[in-house]
Amino acid sequence: MARTVHHRLFWPVLSLLALVVLNAAVRPSFIRVAVRDGHLYGALVDILRQSAPLMMVALGMTLVIATRGIDLSVGAVMAVSGAVALTLIDRSADPGDVGTVIVAIAAGVGIGVVLGMWNGFLVTVLRVQPIVATLVLMLAGRGVALLVTGGFITTVVSPPLKFVASGYLLGLPFALFLSASAIAVVALVERRTALGLLTEAVGINPEASRLAGVRSRGIVFTAYVASGALAGLAGILYSSNIMAADANAAGEFIELYAILAVVLGRTSLLGGKFSIAGTVVGVLVIQTLQSTVLFLGVSSAQSPVFFAVVVAVVVLVQSPQLHSRVRRLSGRRRRAVPAPEKPARDVEVSA
Amino acid sequence: MKVKLLSGVATVAVLALALTGCGGGSSSGGTSAGGASDGGSAAAKTIKVGFAQTGSESGWRAANTKSMKEAFSKEKGFDLVFNAADNDPAAQIAAVRSFISQGVDAIVIAPIVSDGWDDVLKEAQSAKIPVILEDRTVSASPDLYAAWVGDDFKAEGETAGKWAASTLGTADTNMVVLEGTTGSAPANDRAEGFASAIAGTKIKTIASQTGDFTRDGGKKVMEGFLQKYGVKGINLVYAHNDDMALGAIEAIEAAGGKPGTDIKIVSIDAVRDGMQALIDGKINYIVECNPLLGDQAAELVKKVVAGEPVEKVQFAKDSAFDKDAAVAALPTRAY
Repeated sequence: MARTVHHRLFWPVLSLLALVVLNAAVRPSFIRVAVRDGHLYGALVDILRQSAPLMMVALGMTLVIATRGIDLSVGAVMAVSGAVALTLIDRSADPGDVGTVIVAIAAGVGIGVVLGMWNGFLVTVLRVQPIVATLVLMLAGRGVALLVTGGFITTVVSPPLKFVASGYLLGLPFALFLSASAIAVVALVERRTALGLLTEAVGINPEASRLAGVRSRGIVFTAYVASGALAGLAGILYSSNIMAADANAAGEFIELYAILAVVLGRTSLLGGKFSIAGTVVGVLVIQTLQSTVLFLGVSSAQSPVFFAVVVAVVVLVQSPQLHSRVRRLSGRRRRAVPAPEKPARDVEVSA
Repeated sequence: MKVKLLSGVATVAVLALALTGCGGGSSSGGTSAGGASDGGSAAAKTIKVGFAQTGSESGWRAANTKSMKEAFSKEKGFDLVFNAADNDPAAQIAAVRSFISQGVDAIVIAPIVSDGWDDVLKEAQSAKIPVILEDRTVSASPDLYAAWVGDDFKAEGETAGKWAASTLGTADTNMVVLEGTTGSAPANDRAEGFASAIAGTKIKTIASQTGDFTRDGGKKVMEGFLQKYGVKGINLVYAHNDDMALGAIEAIEAAGGKPGTDIKIVSIDAVRDGMQALIDGKINYIVECNPLLGDQAAELVKKVVAGEPVEKVQFAKDSAFDKDAAVAALPTRAY
């Protein structure tokens, strides 16, 4: 039991479960999953499907933050990727052709990689501070997307593209397979090879790891490229969901939600140790919270406050400082209890 | 790193000032004489007009810019100095200052934000250059500008509400609302106008939530509503703009419903994609938010420069479309 409570992800998972229970208590239909037209349908399935773009972006953000960086450009990269892909499909002879759509998706993700390389170049070669380096693209990217779409919202009719975000495979949303594969790939590459360890080393102490022979430059560069590629894929998912490239609205504020997801998953913004599972839970907490606003019928004017209060509570609940304070208080009352072991490394939580 | 996050938040907050869609602004009533001009017999010679546009953030804005450029053409007796500020309020104020130093005969502004205009409007006044506001309004004193021309968001909501009341108001109707950006003038006024038009009918608002005027927002909110009430539990969707209605269509289709039949949809804007959905029978009624303000603005400028009195507040002519009207109107649509 004690081991469960002390597990790094105990509090994030508990927060997620509490949100689901709250929703189910208010409206039991929340946890009902029905089979309709041969696929699963329900609020929980919707949450998993809708979380796909944020999941991609947050995974990339986790890697960047682990290297002591931050990537503010992800929303703009989403806008550019969606604009490029949909413009290609729109201008093609046959928008409904599977090959065309695959080429367009590859182009969208490719442009994400290129923009990620640009960020990585600024950060590693020119030594620009990550927040400033990625800010450049955050500001300029949307303009590029607007140029690509000519200032209009590009709408396409293309069944294969629609399948990406709204289609079903084996009864489950196809988008879910995409985000699950992204999680699996990132987890395998980071945790089954030494890359994750080296990333953490660079994040904890860049100078020491350099002296120890770690090629920090390449590792940091790769993190930004991965973030760009994942944001590119997220942009495709976003556009596919509405079947339109909306350069102004695509990925708006997603960089902040991604940072929030990373923090909720207990990865420190100071860099170093990171948790992919934590980020996954963080994304689901945010997505469930957004559905909660609708399910509880919180009014538009109040929903930002509601959102903020819940996030603040979740962050507080998992704060190690608060835990040790509570423990000290209860320890004073019950002298018999031995002093609690100190957490191995304090996790900074920024609210 | 906290500082980094904070400054990130600050940056985004600044960016958020860039408004989308059919821009907001409350209108102030009253009539006043037009601003004086040193143009003298201005009607005879070319009128030099500086136009400070917000930027090019939407299809609506692009149509608006086109309409203005056409109305202030050389053939119509104008010399237009055009500036698009890319939704940067400081750049827009700088553009207006440059119009003043160029000594134009009149200035037309589509203000990006409503605050911060007092100084530059006073400068224009002391240079005796009349200012006409277009689309959005400013918080500065009405004495500082000659007139405002734009859309009447409340009337748009009323027209949409009247359609709903007359077609669905006699039977029990469960309505969900996709609101525009919280606190924006179009969202507030469209909600108010609609509510007053359906008062006393059997239309009941069962849920209302913001979709931020975007397709993605409209789809997400509609998906939530459909999970909550089911396709059968919702009879009518009122979307504050076409984009959210288009998002709602996607959500209804994904939930196995037929938009326009199982769930009726009424929205505002009448952009091309919305009109197409209306023709396809997926939207049932659209009220126009007219971006073609050019001719009215040009008329105003002529009068003001000639020293004639004008109405301080001028509303654009908004029409409304059902399916047949949309079929007739779409081929000649400018936006």
